[in-house]
Amino acid sequence: MQSLAGLTDQTPFSINSFDPIDRKIVELTQEGLPLTPQPYHAIADQIGIPVSVVKQRMQNMLDSGVIRRIGAVPNHYKLGYTANGMSVWDVPDYMVTDIGQIIGQLAFVSHCYRRPRHLPDWPYNFFVMVHGRSREEVQEKVDQIAATLGPYDRGHTVLYSTAILKKTGLRLRKQE
Amino acid sequence: MHDIDRNIINMLQEDFPISDHPYAEVAARVGLTENDLLHRLELLLQDRTLTRFGPMYHAERLGGGLTLAAIAVPEHDFQRVADIVNGFPEVAHNYAREHALNMWFVLATESKDRIGEVLEAIEQQAGYHVYNMPKEEEFFVGLKFEV
Repeated sequence: MQSLAGLTDQTPFSINSFDPIDRKIVELTQEGLPLTPQPYHAIADQIGIPVSVVKQRMQNMLDSGVIRRIGAVPNHYKLGYTANGMSVWDVPDYMVTDIGQIIGQLAFVSHCYRRPRHLPDWPYNFFVMVHGRSREEVQEKVDQIAATLGPYDRGHTVLYSTAILKKTGLRLRKQE
Repeated sequence: MHDIDRNIINMLQEDFPISDHPYAEVAARVGLTENDLLHRLELLLQDRTLTRFGPMYHAERLGGGLTLAAIAVPEHDFQRVADIVNGFPEVAHNYAREHALNMWFVLATESKDRIGEVLEAIEQQAGYHVYNMPKEEEFFVGLKFEV
């Protein structure tokens, strides 16, 4: 199973919501950076603008957080991390921010979010994705989180994935 | 896995340079030639050791909508509902999970408003309540998956 990170968040955007040059850059790189010695030049040539503009735009997008990072996304399965548990926690609302900052630092945590409760069905407001080579390993790590939270853990459970029903990733529609 | 590949994977999980010869820069750090790095990177992508290599974009900051949603689906109706959910192009990922809420999917939409419309359409067609769980706060996580 892939992490929710690989899924990072591209989506079809409306043309007006987004600068046209940035948009072109996103379109041309969303499936990956060109595997040529000068990838930014390749992008610039395709758009027909100077490479300095491409580099500046991409740096700006990095600085503003539009690009989270430029890098590789490993396939967890291939690396042996075949067990993935979405652990969900009921922690006091006033503590979520502090708790998130601490738990996010744990090496085995790949994603860490605050999300809304849906009482009474769903009391959990803190989601922590935990990866391991087995369910036992995931469980040990979840226990470690529970120990870290101490009394702030008012209840938790782990949801293991049993099947990937769909995984297309997100794609920006090409625009002329 | 080859040690060189491990080094490449670890190195490429850090920030990749925005420069005129970025692959050459990274290659030098792991003791490879630019050509070797490009070749190995291609192989790692081909055999799916890496799922992708490039910029990772942040949907909301691009002006789109993004959310995680869940449904509790009775086992006998699971496939029908999965087909409905998967049929929406806005659904990027959908996972079966062991829980009363047994179907979890991620929606990415062109505009923020569209999230509500799609969730409503899924709810109507599926006939089950859809729990919308957008992230309210995201916490920093460091470098992962050292190999």
